[in-house]
Amino acid sequence: MTSVSEAPAVGLTHQGSEDTGLGNRGPQSKSIVVPYGFWLFVLSDMVLFSALFATYASLVNATDGGPVTSQLFDRTNVAIETLALLISSFICGLAMIAAKRKEMLWTQIFLFFTGLFGFVFLVIEIGEFVGMVRIGAGPQRSAFLSSFFTLVGCHGAHVTAGLLWIGTMMAQIWAKGFQPHIVRRLLCLSIFWHALDIIWVAILTIVYLIGTLP
Amino acid sequence: MTEPDPEPLNVAPGEPHDTIISETIAYVIGLALALLLTGVSFWVASTSALWGPGVAVGLIVLAIAQMGVHLVFFLHITSGPDNTNNVLALAFGVLIVFLVMIGTIWIMYHLAANMGPTPEMTNMMLQRG
Repeated sequence: MTSVSEAPAVGLTHQGSEDTGLGNRGPQSKSIVVPYGFWLFVLSDMVLFSALFATYASLVNATDGGPVTSQLFDRTNVAIETLALLISSFICGLAMIAAKRKEMLWTQIFLFFTGLFGFVFLVIEIGEFVGMVRIGAGPQRSAFLSSFFTLVGCHGAHVTAGLLWIGTMMAQIWAKGFQPHIVRRLLCLSIFWHALDIIWVAILTIVYLIGTLP
Repeated sequence: MTEPDPEPLNVAPGEPHDTIISETIAYVIGLALALLLTGVSFWVASTSALWGPGVAVGLIVLAIAQMGVHLVFFLHITSGPDNTNNVLALAFGVLIVFLVMIGTIWIMYHLAANMGPTPEMTNMMLQRG
């Protein structure tokens, strides 16, 4: 699969005599390098979230006499959100299987449902935020609520960006077909979407489940 | 290492490989395990059958297990030789994440314990930053 001719023209192509760590085949093909680079981005995004988690954990008791975690969070809502995002992530995987086999119809259907479940998640989350602001538990109420809205809102913003990306990819696949560079973008999208679900698992546990312990 | 290798040395993270059946089964197993772990998490959080102070630790262990399930079955990060780059990048990411989180929580806990004798005082101090 990988050959020297596939390597980018600007890359280092070593023809053999000394061991440079790249072997005698030159750098990996773009189909490996691009998702790997995106994987590095996703990991750095997780480092960003770890800072927000650390902030939240430090400030969770700084409620300034305002509402505390167990008064604000509703486990039923959170369970539906979790389920929606998990199913969305699963269908995203199915879309990748279909895309690999260049099945236009199935790829579009799976991507549509990936986005639909992601949208369900987002609607519930926005509803939760609006409800909290209505009862006076907005981000300016206490340090705890500031860190809560920053952490969960940052994840919500990622989901929003992911939804726009899903829509863009559906249009691109439709218009341009399964060209290699389009498929690479789709692969990056799937990495992004699965990573968001991983971050949600941490939010579910640290914010919602531990926050509503009896 | 110099003999020609028809297989690529690396695989991209997130890319399913092998046949359509095995790829689908991987995602189904991942979904089933994730649902199971989520269900257990919700049960652990609501039951009174478990020792209270241990519940939070148990929930974090379950969450880490579920992240592992997502990594293996959805993102296809395995310990295979073709995955070394992805695993090493992940390991470094995990190291930084744990340093940031545990380091911050540790320092802030001791700061609060040394500065504020009562929770209310700690509360005020964190509010005023």
